[in-house]
Amino acid sequence: MGKIEDLDFKKSTLRKINNFLQNINYKNNKRDFNIKNPGGHHALCAGLTENIFVNIKGHVGYYCGGMNQKAHITINGNAGTGLGENMMSGLIHVKGNVSQSAGATGHGGTIVIDGDASSRCGISMKGIDIIVKGSVGHMSGFMAQSGTLLICGDAGEALGDSIYETIIYLAGKPKSLGVDCIEKKMNKRDIKKIEDLLKTGKIKNLKANNFKKFGSQRKLYNFNIDNISNY
Amino acid sequence: MCGIVGLYLKKKSLHSKLGFYLSGMLDNMSSRGPDSAGFAIYNNKESKKNYKYSLCTNNNTLSNKFEKNVKKYFKDIKIKNISDHTVVLTSASPKKFISYMQKNFNEISLVGYGKSIEIFKQVGNPKEIVKKFKLANFSGSHAIGHTRMATESAITADGSHPYSTGEDECLVHNGSLSNHNNLRRQLIKKGKTFDSLNDTEVAAGYISQKLSENKSMKKTLTECLSNLDGFYTFIAGTNKGFAVLRDEIACKPAVIAENNDYVAVASEFQAMAHLPYVNQSNIYEPKPGVVYTWGK
Repeated sequence: MGKIEDLDFKKSTLRKINNFLQNINYKNNKRDFNIKNPGGHHALCAGLTENIFVNIKGHVGYYCGGMNQKAHITINGNAGTGLGENMMSGLIHVKGNVSQSAGATGHGGTIVIDGDASSRCGISMKGIDIIVKGSVGHMSGFMAQSGTLLICGDAGEALGDSIYETIIYLAGKPKSLGVDCIEKKMNKRDIKKIEDLLKTGKIKNLKANNFKKFGSQRKLYNFNIDNISNY
Repeated sequence: MCGIVGLYLKKKSLHSKLGFYLSGMLDNMSSRGPDSAGFAIYNNKESKKNYKYSLCTNNNTLSNKFEKNVKKYFKDIKIKNISDHTVVLTSASPKKFISYMQKNFNEISLVGYGKSIEIFKQVGNPKEIVKKFKLANFSGSHAIGHTRMATESAITADGSHPYSTGEDECLVHNGSLSNHNNLRRQLIKKGKTFDSLNDTEVAAGYISQKLSENKSMKKTLTECLSNLDGFYTFIAGTNKGFAVLRDEIACKPAVIAENNDYVAVASEFQAMAHLPYVNQSNIYEPKPGVVYTWGK
């Protein structure tokens, strides 16, 4: 592990910090960074492409870690709308709560949220794994296509509305299920996947059999005149 | 877009810093609303008998003429001029004062009145508005502010927030309403008057109407959920405190930070990042369709 370098908003600007982290020079042997006084700035750590470790000491605004590839980002605070939007790989760990649309359209990698996520968590996700230790708001997993959404708490209205092939594991209760989202039978692969996610999220108070599995009924895949009211 | 902010101070010892904290909050929200800005300050200190009338004169020669005339007509009167706004402090009842204004100074707009509220709002970048009205010098128990990106009506002072449609009441709004024209007509039939074509003024009028029917703020805002179409995060103020409501779809952002000293509400965390000990506060997003209230 190399020396940890501090990037401080009191001495620098958002653009300079992002530009620096987006253009890491591996020859300098720097992999570890602390970001101080983030002050809720938007798009912090967006577009990172290298396997670096960024520790943000405070709260961030919108789209933190958007489009992330490979980087490991830890947020010691809360995050605003669109955390890790369209993330490709890597890991984002938020120690507080996050606002709406966390992990939206994410293709890969993992997001771990220690607190609650608000509405539309994992909207249109395309392969990412999202682990929420608290609860999620309404319309979470809306039109989610692939990947896994694991929720340790409860879910708001219309969980998994118009869902495609994302799998949702829920330990609490959904306020309601969205159109075409149903509870499904667990199999061995599900148990293994949940155990892996619990390990990644360092969750010890729950076991795989505490969760229920939700996914697509696949009734909205093709147009059917009888479903017109559901479209 | 648009940015909204609110700050409720729990400790009297902090009251002298209200304006200072709020000016930082508004300043930070200029990115969400560069067209105009405004704020309402609640301060009960001055007098329990007197009313404060906040006027937007827009014109210096007019304000000189107004000052001369109004001093002749009302005996106990104090006048505070700040930029193009005037606050009149008098024991004259709202009925008497408002009818005097309508008869003699119709071109001056009364932007708010009450025993505790003072309202200032004008066109321009929030950073300049804050300086122009010397917001940092104001003290009080709570305040609400708005930075506007105009959508529903023209960029004018009377298209700016906060909207006050009742004694010591005001509203700021992030979002837009779709049934405001119909609702305005219904409220006009009930005797409400409106100064602009703005959607938020209608919501403010709706809230004032419900409050005047002796409904609580909580009940009033809950009824907004079924009677106001559109999207919104509201902060509604009274002399007691303020309340926050987000519509049930909740497209419009809001964040709350609460600790032993204050409650801060804003569209984005950035607006409150400068507040003392904010990082150690309980920070959360208000839930859709839930009314949050703070106050005495």
